Amino acid sequence: MKKKFKIDNISLLIAVVLLVAMYVAGAKMYERFGSLSTILNLFNDNAYLIVVAVGMTFVLLTGGIDISVASTLAFTGVFSAYLLEKGWPAGIVIPLVLVLGILVGCVQGYAIHTFQIAPFLVTLVGQFFMRGMCEVISTVSIPIDNGFYKNAALKKLSFVLPSGGRPKLYYYVFVSLFVVLAAWYVLRYTRFGRAVYAVGSNEQSAQYMGLNVKAVKIGVYGISGFCAALGGVLFSFYTLAGYSLQNMGLELDAISSAVIGGTLLTGGVGTVIGSLVGVLIQGIIQTIVTYQNLNTWWTKVTFAGILCFFILIQRFAAIRADKKKKG
Amino acid sequence: MKRLKDRMEYRPLVSLLAILLLCGIISGGSFFKISVVDGHLYGRLLDILRNGSRYMILAVGMTMVLATGGTDISVGSVMAISGALACSIVDQRILLGLNGNVFAAVVLALGIGAVCGAWNGFLVAKLKVQPIVATLILMTAGRGIAQLIADGKIVTVTSDTYYHISGGYIAGLPVPMYIAALMLVLALLLTKKTAFGLAVESIGVNADSARLAGIAVEKNLWLIYVFCGVCAALAGLIESAGIKGADCNNCGLMIEMDGILAVAIGGTSLSGGRFSFVSSIIGALVVQTITTMILAFGVAPEVIRVFKALIVIVVCLAQSPAFMSKLRGALDKKMWWRKDEKEVQD
Repeated sequence: MKKKFKIDNISLLIAVVLLVAMYVAGAKMYERFGSLSTILNLFNDNAYLIVVAVGMTFVLLTGGIDISVASTLAFTGVFSAYLLEKGWPAGIVIPLVLVLGILVGCVQGYAIHTFQIAPFLVTLVGQFFMRGMCEVISTVSIPIDNGFYKNAALKKLSFVLPSGGRPKLYYYVFVSLFVVLAAWYVLRYTRFGRAVYAVGSNEQSAQYMGLNVKAVKIGVYGISGFCAALGGVLFSFYTLAGYSLQNMGLELDAISSAVIGGTLLTGGVGTVIGSLVGVLIQGIIQTIVTYQNLNTWWTKVTFAGILCFFILIQRFAAIRADKKKKG
Repeated sequence: MKRLKDRMEYRPLVSLLAILLLCGIISGGSFFKISVVDGHLYGRLLDILRNGSRYMILAVGMTMVLATGGTDISVGSVMAISGALACSIVDQRILLGLNGNVFAAVVLALGIGAVCGAWNGFLVAKLKVQPIVATLILMTAGRGIAQLIADGKIVTVTSDTYYHISGGYIAGLPVPMYIAALMLVLALLLTKKTAFGLAVESIGVNADSARLAGIAVEKNLWLIYVFCGVCAALAGLIESAGIKGADCNNCGLMIEMDGILAVAIGGTSLSGGRFSFVSSIIGALVVQTITTMILAFGVAPEVIRVFKALIVIVVCLAQSPAFMSKLRGALDKKMWWRKDEKEVQD
């Protein structure tokens, strides 16, 4: 049977086409762009963002929004750097910050569901609070000098290509790829995943169907918090430092990646694979801007343009779907 | 005339007075000291009015947007754009034909604010994109655009005329105060003396019924976002004039949160409907007083964010009917003596 394309599929399809087109265009324009290392570096440099975007996708699927992720990520970085400096072993610090991330997320989810406050506001408070806690711990950048972290930062798979390039893939990238796969599996094949889509499509019907809406909502914010904290750990592998002003505005990157990947902000439609594609598109814009030797701000402007384009596609698709329903 | 206690301004006003009183007590009265130097008034209270004017102006624009049930998270970026444009013109980096005319720079900066607002309005009103998402685009791109205008540099200006926008005095009082007052009066005239205010409120309560009742929802929404954009541009001018330069990375960074906070403290419902500009202005003053207080008493500025977060938590919870009814339920259970009273009454 031929499968019909739905709104999310069309959007995702366009995103994939755009990604490939940009890569091909880049490879045509610059000699070294077309190599394997460009692709692998996309993953090396965006591993943390991929994880955060996956967590964000869960929240967006329920029709919510989580703008506290960047602060949680920064807090994880600063707090773990602080603890490691005090001589705590990595084996305790990493689980501790991950649990903290889950806790922060769950508390926000609880407030959103129980007190019926807008998710935007609750997570705004979370954002303020976590960023503030970073500054309370330290306003200066704390270097990480821990053996495990250094290992994680440097260990990589190196390939030697006959053409002479030496592309490399850091081991921590596998963590983020694993997260993507796990999230994909959870959303597609588990009861919880289907409940997430159901709550996003229509919260009231989900409630009437007997789904535990409260658990789902607290769950998705918990997942988002976990992913933000994990992103923080990956980011501290990447930079080997914790700094309170790290990644200002990352939540918007994560949200836009999800939108470009076909996730509807009204909830109920979207995939984590789409969010992965969204992150990669952002990464490839960054790469092209670097190759072109432009002001890095062009990345933001271009990306916002693309985001706008995808929002418009979604809008028109939704309007058409509405008309079909009525007609 | 409504009783003072029933007015929207009552609660925020009480909290403002309480915070001021607290400041006064901690400082032993020196917080309220106002001295005259060179014919200008100086003092902490004046600082609050001057530094708080940005919040006040933003709060006026934001109140209108929030009253329609929308949000504008791009105001910080619009501030950066207007500051960058005005400073670049005054410093004769772009549009050399204007010879660094401050007046022209200000007009153009406000104009670009209006354009930004119109763009947001186009997305929200015409294309019906959710306000958060629609303004997210400009928030992401805005700082980039500002950087491109300023050519990636921090543009500094030496013009005294420009500096007066933030640092000047008229009749002993700082200029930004007058600007804020002007915006407030303008907003009040627009909403109280024309049908516009009713339109804003009815769109916020229920946009569909407003449309059915014959209100031009699209046109009004558009106008509201343009107004908010102009307010943001004005705030951007004041901020850049205050530091005599445009710092595109930091101008108005995260200020959208402060603007929303001010409106929330003022009691305007964040889901639309009832609104009051005066309340929001008081809310803005509360935000600024807290900031000034923390700085004045030598508390580490790092704590400001956590402190503000705690305040928003309290405000949000107080605004949430679900939380209040829960709280009331819990209190009723705990206050056994009140139960007795009830039984006696029965």
